[in-house]
Amino acid sequence: MVAKKSIKYLVVLVLSLTSVLGFASVSDPVQGAEAGDPVDTAEEINSYIKHHLKDAHDFHLYTDNKTGKHYGFSLPVIVWTSKGLKTFMSSAFHHDDSGSVIVNKDDVKLVKIHSKIYELDKGANVVNFDETHHAKNAHAVLDFSITKSVFGMLVTGLLMILLFGLLARGYKKGNVIPKGFSRVLEPLVIYVRDEIARPNIGEKKYKKFMSFLLTVFFFIWILNMLGLTPFGFNVTGQIAVTACLAIFTVVIYMFSGTKDFWAHTLWMPGVPYVLRPVLALVELVGFVIIKPFSLLIRLFANITAGHFVVMSLIALMITLKASFGPVVSTGMSLILSLFIMVIEILVAFLQAFIFTMLSSLFIGMAVEEHDHAH
Amino acid sequence: MDQLLNDFSPGLFFMQAVILLILILLMRAFAWKPILEALQTREDGIQNALDAAEKAKLEMQNLNADNERLLKEARLERETMLKEARDIKSKMIDDAKLEAQSQADIMIEQAQAAIKGEKKAALAELKNQVAGLSLEIAEKVLRTELSNNDKQLQLVEKMLSEKSLN
Repeated sequence: MVAKKSIKYLVVLVLSLTSVLGFASVSDPVQGAEAGDPVDTAEEINSYIKHHLKDAHDFHLYTDNKTGKHYGFSLPVIVWTSKGLKTFMSSAFHHDDSGSVIVNKDDVKLVKIHSKIYELDKGANVVNFDETHHAKNAHAVLDFSITKSVFGMLVTGLLMILLFGLLARGYKKGNVIPKGFSRVLEPLVIYVRDEIARPNIGEKKYKKFMSFLLTVFFFIWILNMLGLTPFGFNVTGQIAVTACLAIFTVVIYMFSGTKDFWAHTLWMPGVPYVLRPVLALVELVGFVIIKPFSLLIRLFANITAGHFVVMSLIALMITLKASFGPVVSTGMSLILSLFIMVIEILVAFLQAFIFTMLSSLFIGMAVEEHDHAH
Repeated sequence: MDQLLNDFSPGLFFMQAVILLILILLMRAFAWKPILEALQTREDGIQNALDAAEKAKLEMQNLNADNERLLKEARLERETMLKEARDIKSKMIDDAKLEAQSQADIMIEQAQAAIKGEKKAALAELKNQVAGLSLEIAEKVLRTELSNNDKQLQLVEKMLSEKSLN
């Protein structure tokens, strides 16, 4: 009953955020999806995959190659330009990604090139590109748009609040044992608590960090799994997203570091005085740069590579058609992509687990009490 | 690296930070806190129940041992009681036998004494009667003997002869 109501709210919220419509493409050289021209050459497939790996400003579901019509819905664009905050729906770009459609918003000329929004310099009316295909007379703007990734995160967040809120409500009603889907979630929560947080942070202090660890674990996992659906989210493959997650971890362990931790980091006891500043430097670099960097690159690279491999294997269907015929190439592509998909499902969990595990390990290092004398 | 930096979107970073922060706070308030508290309470409950069960088991064991001991004691007591009863019984029988014996002895003695007395009395009476009868017979004999003189003389003669013999 409650769940149904919540789902209704979710749908209404999604609908209010977006406007569903199909929009005709003017020209789309990046995707190579002009009318009557399907994505069927190696270069087109490559650029299609690259395009998918990037964030998008609209939610693209399907393109009819015959008519060149894209199906999906546009998302709100919110940008901070030289003349302040500008908002409009992404449909204003007409699915253009090459900078040829200029959106004029209160004397601010905006274009979208490779999924990024640029503002044309004063006086310019057309984007000029240099030989490396960088816009010469436009600069990137701060983009707070509800992009596909942000949309995905919002969906994930709402899903989490819904699912775990339900689990929490179940307990509040006095049921000791959860019912229905909550019964699946409870062991996962216990798993994060007993297998990740407790052993790494320690029995005394783990409680304080549970909210962060649980949220991050399920957030990453659900986003990874969403990335495997045909909706084509690639949220955890966005370096900004993984960087943000890693920086949260750093901020948390830096601010919860004990006196012992700082003493050991900055003025390591038990080593010659000459070496201490050197060690402090090494430790600081390790904690501030290397550890978060390893966190963010691991997640980003795994998910991006997974998406790339799965899409490439699906594309085998087209690229191998010429040499093996349609049946063999389709069969091969199907078997291989199915195999990789199964691995990706494992990786989706594994990366969420590793991120949470390492975060709690680093937090554990920072809050550790050295009761033994050095 | 250049590609990575180019792909890094500060706007997305900002949005993600805001969303994550809000999500953590919301989840803490509405999900994690109640869930973890409920789990803790449940685990404590289970632990307590287990402890109680363990305690009950121990108590049960103690009780069983007590029962066993009591049973043993009762059995022992029954045995001794039975033994005592048996002893008393045999003693009573023995006593009764002894009593009866002595009583019988006394009675037999008395009877014998009585029989002896009666016998004596009977003998005495018999003697008296025999003496009386003898006297009567003697009287009658004498009367007949002495009814004529011859006979008297004969008697004297006889008696005198007998006397001389002595």
